[in-house]
Amino acid sequence: MSALELKTPLKRARGWGSARSGTRHFILQRVTAVALVPLALWLLWIALRLARADYVQARALVHDPLHALLLTAFVLAAFWHAQLGVQVVIEDYVHTRWLEITLQLAVKFLCALGALASVLAIVRIALG
Amino acid sequence: MAEFTLPKNSKVQEGKRFPAKAGARNVRTFRVYRWSPDEGANPRIDEYEVDLAACGPMVLDALIKIKNEIDPTLTFRRSCREGICGSCAMNIDGTNTLACTKAIEDCRGDLRIYPLPHLPVVKDLVPDLTHFYAQYASIRPWLRTQSAPPPDAERLQSKEDRAKLDGLYECILCACCSTSCPSYWWNGDRYLGPAILLQAYRWIADSRDEDTGTRLDELEDPFKLYRCHTIMNCAQTCPKGLNPAKAIAEIKKLMVERQGV
Repeated sequence: MSALELKTPLKRARGWGSARSGTRHFILQRVTAVALVPLALWLLWIALRLARADYVQARALVHDPLHALLLTAFVLAAFWHAQLGVQVVIEDYVHTRWLEITLQLAVKFLCALGALASVLAIVRIALG
Repeated sequence: MAEFTLPKNSKVQEGKRFPAKAGARNVRTFRVYRWSPDEGANPRIDEYEVDLAACGPMVLDALIKIKNEIDPTLTFRRSCREGICGSCAMNIDGTNTLACTKAIEDCRGDLRIYPLPHLPVVKDLVPDLTHFYAQYASIRPWLRTQSAPPPDAERLQSKEDRAKLDGLYECILCACCSTSCPSYWWNGDRYLGPAILLQAYRWIADSRDEDTGTRLDELEDPFKLYRCHTIMNCAQTCPKGLNPAKAIAEIKKLMVERQGV
C-alpha cells in the first residue's frame, strides 16, 4: 500500500487548509482591468495620432505632461495586470514545482523590467 | 504540467458491436465507454443497437435495457430514476447530465456515453467520487451555531431569508458541474469546484448559521476558491438548472466586501 493510499480522503481534501489570501490579488486584477478600459481607449487615440506624426511631432506629443502621465499610467496598469494574469495561468497549468517557481520569478522580473524601461523612456522624453 | 492528452493505457479503442435483434422497428445506436480493472486492457467503446419501440424514453431506460437484455456486464450507478439522487450522472453526447432525466429523442445521431470526465474510473460508467465527497465533508456542511436553540422551538427564519436559499438547496451533489469545470480538471486536488462552493455558499447564505466568518476564512485561498475563472460550464451543464458560478461570485463579493472595499 502506498503512502498516498494510507492518507484518509479528508486529509487530502483539507490539504494545507486556507492560505487566508487571494482576495487582494482578485481585487488588484479587477482594479487594473477597470483602469485599463479608459486608458486603452486613450492609447488607441494617441497611437493613431502618433502613426501619422513625424519624429518631432511624436516627441512633442509624448512631451506633453498630460500625455506623459497617461502613458505612464497605461504602462504601469498594463504590466501589473499582465503579471497578475500570467501568474494565474502558470498556477493553473504548470505543476512541476521547479518550473513553476522559475516561470513565476521570470514573469515578475520581466514585467517589472518592462514597466521600468517604459517609464524611463517616457520620463526621458517628458523631461528631455 | 497539466495533462492534455490521455496516457497510453487510457487511450480509448473500438470495442464490440451488439446488433439489434431481427424485427426491431426503431433502432438507435448507443456508443458506451467500457473499462474494467480486472481485464488489464485499454478502455473501449462498445456499440449497442437498441430498439426504442420497446424501450422507455430516457437514456437511463436504454442503459437498463442494455444491461437486462443485451449485456449484463455493463456497469453504471442508478437509483431514483427521477433526477433527485444524482447517481446516474454521466457524460451523454458531450455534456454531463443525469441519464434518468435526459430524453433519448433530445440527442442527435449515435448516443455517446462516457463516465463523468477527469475522475478515476472504477468500472465502465462508474467514477470514483471519494475526493469529491471528502471535499464536501471538508466544508462541514451543517448548521453551525454557538447560541442555544430557542426552548421548545425551531431556529426560525423569515420568508425572505428562506428565499435566499432557493437555487442552492436544490443541489443534489451529482458532480456534473465540478467535472465539467476545466479548473477542476487541472487543479481538482486543491480547488473545491463549483458543487462544493455552491454548497458552501448555501450555509454562508443561511440566516440561522453563526459561523459565516469562519466559513469565509476557510474558503479564502488562491486554490480552494479563486481557481474559479467564471468559465460557466457549471451553470451550462447543471441538470437541475442551478447556477453554481453565481454562488461562487456571491462568495467572492463577500470576500471583497469584508475587506472594506
